Amino acid sequence: MRNWLLAAAVLALYLLHQDFWFWNAARPLVFGFLPVGLFYHAAYSLVVAGLMWALVRFAWPAHLEADAESAGTVPNPTAGTGERP
Amino acid sequence: MIPAVVVFLYLGVVLYIGIFAFRRAGGREEAEGYFLANRSLGQYVFLLSLFGTNMTAFTILGSAGHAFANGVVTYGLMGSSSALVIPLTLYLFGTRVWALGKRFGFMTPVQMYRDRWECGHIGTAIFAVQATLLVPYIVIAVMGGGTTLSAVSGGVVPYWFGGLIVAAVVMSYVFFGGMQGTAWVNTFQTVLFLTFGAAAVIFISVSIGGFPQAMERLADAPETAALLTRERVPPKFFFSYMLIPLSSIMFPHISIFCLTARRMGQFKKTVIFYPLCILAIWLPCTFLGLAANAMTDVPGIESKLEARATLAAEREILSPAETADQQRAAAGDDVIILMLEHYAPLWLAGLLGAGIMAAVMASDSQILALSTMFTEDVFAYYGGRSRFGPAVQVQTGRLFVVLIALVAYVIALQAPPGIFGIAVQYAFSGFTTLLPLLVAALFWRGSTKWGALAVVLWTAVTMAAIAVLQAVVPAPPPGTAIPVWTVAGVDVITRTPGGTDVLGYMPVLPMLIGSSLLMMVVSRLTPKPAAATLARYFPVESPLRQN
Repeated sequence: MRNWLLAAAVLALYLLHQDFWFWNAARPLVFGFLPVGLFYHAAYSLVVAGLMWALVRFAWPAHLEADAESAGTVPNPTAGTGERP
Repeated sequence: MIPAVVVFLYLGVVLYIGIFAFRRAGGREEAEGYFLANRSLGQYVFLLSLFGTNMTAFTILGSAGHAFANGVVTYGLMGSSSALVIPLTLYLFGTRVWALGKRFGFMTPVQMYRDRWECGHIGTAIFAVQATLLVPYIVIAVMGGGTTLSAVSGGVVPYWFGGLIVAAVVMSYVFFGGMQGTAWVNTFQTVLFLTFGAAAVIFISVSIGGFPQAMERLADAPETAALLTRERVPPKFFFSYMLIPLSSIMFPHISIFCLTARRMGQFKKTVIFYPLCILAIWLPCTFLGLAANAMTDVPGIESKLEARATLAAEREILSPAETADQQRAAAGDDVIILMLEHYAPLWLAGLLGAGIMAAVMASDSQILALSTMFTEDVFAYYGGRSRFGPAVQVQTGRLFVVLIALVAYVIALQAPPGIFGIAVQYAFSGFTTLLPLLVAALFWRGSTKWGALAVVLWTAVTMAAIAVLQAVVPAPPPGTAIPVWTVAGVDVITRTPGGTDVLGYMPVLPMLIGSSLLMMVVSRLTPKPAAATLARYFPVESPLRQN
C-alpha cells in the first residue's frame, strides 16, 4: 500500500510539472522579482526533494545491497577471459 | 588579466588534485582501481562528483543564454524536469546497476548486457552507438574551454591555445588520477560553482540596485513581457522535453559512475539532494539570463538586444546570410561573462571564471568512460587482458585517454561551432531511446539479445534519419516551420528553426515509443537466455524478479 502511494506521488509530481495554469502568467512577481511560473518550478524542485526523501525513507531497496554483499563478488564472466560466447 | 590569472591558478589546483590522487594510489595498476576507484567513493564525493559530472558547459553558459532568449521556460524545461527524473532514475536503476556490478564485478554497462543476454558482438554494437553519441560532448567541452579562456583573458589567450590548455589539463589528471582523481576534481569543481554561482547573483543584484525594478521593467515592456511567461512555448514541446533527462542514466559515464559507490547507501544522499543542487545551479543561471534582458547598460548585452530587435523587425527583408549574422550577434551564451565583467570586482570575476571553467571541463568523466569502455568492452573482451595482463590493460586505457583528448582537440579546431551543439542536442534523444535496454535488462526476464539489437539499430537509424533530414531541409527562419511529411492535412514531420517536430512533439517521443515496442515485440519472437543465466538475475526469492 505504501509503495503504491509513493508511486502515485511520483506520477502526480510528473503531471504537476505540466503547469498549464501558469502558462501565460508573469505576475505576481513573488518576493517582488520572481515571475510566478519560475517560482512554481523552484518550489516544485523543493517538493521533489521531499518526495525523494520519502522514497529513500520508506521504500529503499535495501535487499539489493544485502543480496550483493551476501553473494560475494562473482568473477566478471564477460571481461578479459578471451573466450567469447 | 586578473581573471585569467585566477583561472590558470585554478587549472593548476585541478591538475594537482589529479596527480595527488595518483600518488595516493601508489601508482596502482589494477583496472578496478584506475577505472572505478576500487568502488570506494563515500557519500559526499559520490553526490558532488555525480552532480558535477552531469553539469556541462551548457549548464552555466548555455542555460543563461537559453533564458536570455526564451525566458523563464528554461528552468521548467531543463531544471525542474531533471530535478524529478534524474534522482528517480538513480533510485530505480542506478542502485540496481550498482548491486549487479558489485555482485558480478561489472565495470561497464556493456559487460552487464553481454552477460544478461548471453551476447558478444551485440554488446560491441551497443558500445559503438554509445561511444558515437558521447564523442561530441568531449569535443564541445574543448571548444567551450577555448572560448571561455579566450573570453576571461580579454582575447590575450587565443581560442586554439585555450582549447589546447583545457584538453591538456583534463587529459593529465584523467591520465594520472583515473576515477579517483576525476571524482575528486569533480567534487572540487561542484563546490566551486555552487559557491560562486550564489556570489554572482548577490553581486549583480547589489550592483543593479536589486532585481525587482529590472523585472518590473521586463514585465511592462511588450517586447520582453513574454519572457516572463511560457506563451511562446508549445505545451507538446514542453511535455516531450520531460523525456530528455531519462537520457542521464544511459550516458556511459553516469552508469559507470554508479559502480564507484562504496555502499548502496551512498546513493541516498544523492537521490535526496540532487533536486536541491539543481535548484541551486539552474535557478540563478536562468534568472540571470532572464534579467540580462534588462541590463541595457552592459555594452555587449545592448548589442545583442539590438540584433534581436533587427531580427524581429526585418525578418522578411534580411538575406539568409544576414539572418545568420544577426542570430549569431543575438546569441546569449556569454551573457553571464558579460555581466560579471561589468558588475563584479576583478577578483570575483576571476573566481567565477574558474567556476565556469569547472562546468566547461566536465568532459573528464566522459573521456574516462570512453577509455573504460574501450579497454573493458573491446580490448579485454577480445582477449587483450588475458594475452598481455592487467597492467597493460590500464596502460592501454591511459593511452586511449591521450588519444581521445588529442582527437577532440583537432576536431575542435576544425569544426564549425554549431555542428557539435546540434550533435549534443540529439545525443540526449539517442540515449533516451536506448533506455529500454536498461529497463529490460533489469526488470524483464523475457527480454532477449535480439530485442536489444533491435533497440540499438532503431536508435542508430532514427538518429541518422534526423541528421539527414536536417541536412537536406535547412532550418527555416525563426517563427516559421516547413512541413516535411503531411498526411490527410496533418503535418506529421515538420522542420522547425530549432530542429524537427513529429506531430508537434520532439522526436524523442516517437523514438522512445519505437524502441520500447521493438524490445517487447522482438523479444517475444526470439529465444530467451538460458535458465541458469535468468536464475542469476531473477532468483525466485529476490524482489528483483518481475514477470
